[in-house]
Amino acid sequence: MEMGFKWDFAYEILPQMLWATLNTIIAAGVGYAIALVVGLFFLLGQRTPYKIVNVINRELVEFIRSTPLLIQLFFVYFVLPQFGIKLSAWLCGMITIGLHFGTYLSEVYRGALEGVSKTQWEACRALNFSTVYTYRRIVLPQAFPIAIPGMGNYLVGIFKDTPLLSTIGVAELFHAATAVGGYNYRYLEPYTMVGIIFLILSVPAAMWVRKLERRVNVAQGKIKQ
Amino acid sequence: MSYFAFLAEHGSTLLLGTVTTIKVLVCSTILYVIISMIFGLMRLSKNPAIQGIATVYIEFFRGTSLLVQLFWVYYVLPFFGLSLEAFVAGVVALGMNFGAYGAEIVRGGILAVPKGQWEAAHALNFSPAKRIKRIIIPQIFPIILPPAANLTVELLKATALVALVTVVDLTFEAKQINSITWLSAQCFGTALLIYYIMARFALVPFLRWLEVLAARKVGR
Repeated sequence: MEMGFKWDFAYEILPQMLWATLNTIIAAGVGYAIALVVGLFFLLGQRTPYKIVNVINRELVEFIRSTPLLIQLFFVYFVLPQFGIKLSAWLCGMITIGLHFGTYLSEVYRGALEGVSKTQWEACRALNFSTVYTYRRIVLPQAFPIAIPGMGNYLVGIFKDTPLLSTIGVAELFHAATAVGGYNYRYLEPYTMVGIIFLILSVPAAMWVRKLERRVNVAQGKIKQ
Repeated sequence: MSYFAFLAEHGSTLLLGTVTTIKVLVCSTILYVIISMIFGLMRLSKNPAIQGIATVYIEFFRGTSLLVQLFWVYYVLPFFGLSLEAFVAGVVALGMNFGAYGAEIVRGGILAVPKGQWEAAHALNFSPAKRIKRIIIPQIFPIILPPAANLTVELLKATALVALVTVVDLTFEAKQINSITWLSAQCFGTALLIYYIMARFALVPFLRWLEVLAARKVGR
């Protein structure tokens, strides 16, 4: 086997890798969209006045958060068909990522809501605003900026976890690299390229999130300019 | 086949896998704590070269996927003449990846030590090394332990990935049993439960105990 990085081979597989990158980005985007919505449901479960719902919600979130995404993927992918629910690998992957990261996002939402000063609620109460109005016009506009950095972090997090989808056969970037590597008996170039593509995409994204975080902190008066 | 019959037949295999998972967890925790300390301190160095190395390391490992790093260590390093055993490759990849995250926690912890402590150590003519070792480090533990505890739970979850480079851990065994028996709900369900129990009833209480211990040490 030839040693060292073969540039011509890397160049040859580049188009294939870039196409697969597109799939990775789609997977991350769709998974994130689902997670954003699922997070809202977990948040609702947490804030409903029914104690039993709160408890079930908390235990469920705790369970999902403390078990590996990989096994959750296997569970959804292999177990659902046994109950007659046949879903594609893509759909299974998206559902699992949405559920897994939805629990994290619900924590981000919760933190953001708690970050809004209590006096804001009291003021709304004093002005006789309805709960809906209070949320819509007073609390959410203030909570949203606080949530942005956390939400951004989990977008990057989901993006970096998409390679796990390859284990159930979703044709994303890592899957493509493994296939190309297996076909040519060379893993050096494909895996290195995957790493570089991830770096190119996620380092600027992470830097952007950090910048947002700083801006939010400055606006909140937590740190000085 | 009832669930108890399933446990009777495959429970011991899953437990053996669990032991491997715990081994991976312990080894990679030790590695990541050491790496975090070193790179967290390097990141605060005034020497631009040292600081630069730490920054590149942290950005690199946080910027790429753990699975990619793991496969790179296991499948690509042999191209450069460095073949690691699956277990070692898994521990190295996990340790280096989480070390990068941990380094940021350590850095944050050191920066959070009140400035007066640095100034007092300076005024008492402590050497820079002694200042860090005797004054600053002992005080960072109450600050860094809560985020480090979260990171360690994440690490426990991440150990599942080493199954993909053929380490025979809990995930690997569950997958294996699944492919033999096709009792997917039982084997993956049990694996999920074991991970949950390990995280919720062993690891988290232990880390909370460490937090209390560290807080008490500095008199809080």
